[in-house]
Order: sequence, then C-alpha cells, then structure tokens
Amino acid sequence: MRDVAVVSFAQMPSVRREAQRNEVEMIGPVVQSAIERSGIGRKEIGFTVSGSSDYLAGQPFSFVMALDAVGAWPPIRESHVEMDGAWALYEAWVRLQHGDINSALVYAFGKSSPGSVRDLMALQLDPYCVAPLWPDAISLAALQARALLDRGDYSERDFAEVASRGRAAARDNPNSQVTGGADIDALLGEPYVASPLRRHACPPISDGAAAVVLAAEDTARRVCERPAWIRGIDHRIEPAALGVRDLTSSPSAELAAANAGVADGGVDVAELHAPFAHQELILRDALGLADGVAINPSGGALTANPLMVAGLIRIGEAAQRLIDGDATRAAAHATSGPCLQQNLVCVMETKQ
Amino acid sequence: MPNSSDSEAGVLSAPHVLEYPYTRSVGPIIGHFLGGLLERKLFGIRRPDGSVLVPPAEYDPDTGEALTDLIEVGQAGVVTTWTWIAEPRPNQPLARPFAWALIQLDGADSALLHAVDAGDEANMHTGMRVRVRWRDETAGEIGDIVCFEPEAAP
Repeated sequence: MRDVAVVSFAQMPSVRREAQRNEVEMIGPVVQSAIERSGIGRKEIGFTVSGSSDYLAGQPFSFVMALDAVGAWPPIRESHVEMDGAWALYEAWVRLQHGDINSALVYAFGKSSPGSVRDLMALQLDPYCVAPLWPDAISLAALQARALLDRGDYSERDFAEVASRGRAAARDNPNSQVTGGADIDALLGEPYVASPLRRHACPPISDGAAAVVLAAEDTARRVCERPAWIRGIDHRIEPAALGVRDLTSSPSAELAAANAGVADGGVDVAELHAPFAHQELILRDALGLADGVAINPSGGALTANPLMVAGLIRIGEAAQRLIDGDATRAAAHATSGPCLQQNLVCVMETKQ
Repeated sequence: MPNSSDSEAGVLSAPHVLEYPYTRSVGPIIGHFLGGLLERKLFGIRRPDGSVLVPPAEYDPDTGEALTDLIEVGQAGVVTTWTWIAEPRPNQPLARPFAWALIQLDGADSALLHAVDAGDEANMHTGMRVRVRWRDETAGEIGDIVCFEPEAAP
C-alpha cells in the first residue's frame, strides 16, 4: 500500500440555518482554506471528489453545480459519492493507491435547513414495506435506543452523560452548534421527543461544509510537518431491514475497526460519528476503545450534525489533532443509513 | 410559497416540486408479499438455516443466496422494541399518539416495522403481543395494515 496522509482540514461553523449563502458559496471558502493550508497548489491537486445528497438540495445532480466552488476549468479529474464525505475520502484514498497522482481534494456539504430532514430521511428506506409508512429518523433511532436499554447495560442517564460530555467539549470548538446545558439532571428532565430519546440525545439540524486534502508519500512529507498517515481504512454495511439486525451492537463497525487496525497499537483519540447519544455507547463497544481514549473532543455529531459532512468532519478533527501534535494515533468513524447501518473506520498516526 | 423569514431577509424563494415519474416492478418476492396483503395474508421467506424473514427478502442478508421458499406466517406477534410518538408526523399511519414497533410475527424470526395503536404509552412494553388490524379495502400495499393493536389479555 502507498502511504497516504491527511495534510489539511477546514470546515465552516455548523449553523441551524444558513439563509444567505447557497451551497457553492458555503463550499468556496472551505475548499480555499483547505488548499491553502495544505501547501499544495490548486492546479497541482490530482483528483477531486465530493460527498453530498441531492435529497437535501431537492434537485437532481445538485453536486455538479457545487463544482463551481473548486474551479473545474480547465477540466479536472473529479468524482462524487451520494454519501457522507468520509466515503468520498475513501474513494480518494483508493485513487491515490493507483500511484499516478500525489494529492486529492475531498469536500462535503449539506444544507438540511430548507426541508424537514427528520421526515426526509424516510426516503432512504425500503420503498415498498417501510418508506410508505414515513417512519422519521428520530423514531428509528429511538427503536435502537430502547433495544439497548432493554439489554440492560445502559440507562437513560448514560445517554445524558454522553450528551453532557459532548456539550462541554463543544465549548472549545468554534465550529460546533450546541454548547449549552450540560447539567445531567436538567437534561433528564426534558420531555421525550420519541421515548426513550430526549432532545439532548438527538442531533441538531445543521448546515455545514468541510474539506480535506490528502497527499501521498514524499508530497505529504514535503508540505506537512506531521502528516496524519492513514494506516487503515475500511467500511462495512449491514442488511437494510431493521428487523433483521441486532440493533444493540454494530457488527459492521466492529469489522471495519478490526480491518482498519484500531486495536493494533491502540489510539489516543477517537472521533465517533454518533448522531444519537446511545450510538456513541454502541460504537465505543464496537471499536473496543479503552477507558483512557479521548472520545469526541470536538463535541461530536450531537453538537453539530451537517448531513453528508459530519463523518468527514470526524476524520478531519482526528487528523487535525495529529497534525497539531496533540495525539499520535487516532481513530475516526463515519456512519450512514438508519441505526448505524453502514460504518467506516479510519486509523491515522503520526509515526512514519 | 414564499417563506416569510426569507422574505424579511430579502431572499427570494419559489416552490419546487421534485418527482420521479417511474414505474417499477416489485418482482416475484416482494410482489408475493404485497399480493398477500391484498388477501389479508402475511408471507415470509425461509432461509437455508430454516429461519423465516418477514417481510420477505429476495436474497439472504448474510450470504446473498437467492431465496424462494415463501410461507404464510401468523397475524399476531411480539413487540421486540418500540418508541412512543406523542405528536405524529405527516403521512404516518395514525394521526393520534401511537407507538412505532418492531414486531416479530408468529412463525417469523425477524421483525416488521409498523405502528401500534395502544392509546397510551403506559400500555406499551417490550414483549407484549399485538395483532394486525386490516384496512377495510386492501390495495396490495403495506398500508393495507392500518396498524397493530394490543391483543386482549387471555
């Protein structure tokens, strides 16, 4: 395998509603910032790939317009995934393995505010037996949360503790959206949105964008003092039917983590893409994280959850800690689909 | 319809209706399940290990093997997990407070997602038995099941 590293990361602060700027205007500054920080010339970038969803824009091929933000003339080598940007990063990593290019730009954007994203997410479900019932995203997560409580290892207080820790961490993160109200007893006094999930255990609705620059081997060493070398990256998926899965565990995250090598040396920090509080507990177990691991020092997806972006942000946040010298080995995770159906795990380290 | 907050901010907005006017065939397996609903019957499909999936899947979720052995299952079953919806969303099965539940029907080894008309959250618990409530006129679609309702105590 060719050594590939994250050499720069940029994101826009997540907001509940970006009323003025369209997607191109949101992406432009983020892409520019990531490229500037990378030290690689824009024309030198060998491959560009994005992650987004037409369902958020309400418009087919909306991602094509987003290319205005990266400058696609003269023609560039470019691709798109209708997935979180973490999967776009996976594609870029594979593309860099070909060996003919040395750098790639990955970006992701999601503007959830124009629609009702809680209802919209039903459109990703089985179109014959499930989607026509319009189960909303919070209800499906609540089915998973109940199953976890019924198993007996965790309580609603554990959910609140996850949210409280995330909110406290988010105070140091200028890009997060939810920072207030970390008192656990107060959180437990909130009414249910969909029992057993209270508001604090659910993600905010966010508009956001992020970009990462990857570089291979000598290019990475040339432009970055401490590149975040990707030592393992893998993604796995579970059956589409919720009623077939054991919702209290995440076999796909467990397998991806094993293949990415989370356990081969441990990690100092883990950024887990857990839009719902109980999912962080499931993921912590699936990745086999030790007690000392700093989990979601950014505040996590409970404090900023731009759809199609939040997974890429996990990789960017973890990588930034390595680039800044605050950690030496990190795991980043991204999820997609209902109830953690699909999971990606990326292990990075500073060691050459 | 213009959004008032946008208008106040001086941003123009316009209605936009997105539709995909395609016709799709549901195929022999899902088609059999939906055809069963038309006759108020519930069908599952047997996997090589003997377990039964409801709703039926065309391929084994673990091995990808094609599945063909359709069998009828019971019209009542057990709630394996649930959530209470105090304020139903648009287009959901019931307009009054209800529970979403995964329901393992008698004779099935997987669970089906649907609504339970339980009246009050206090009437819901994991492991409770529920029975299908059929729509008066069936159409061969999942909505032929109006919802499930708690079985009367024995």
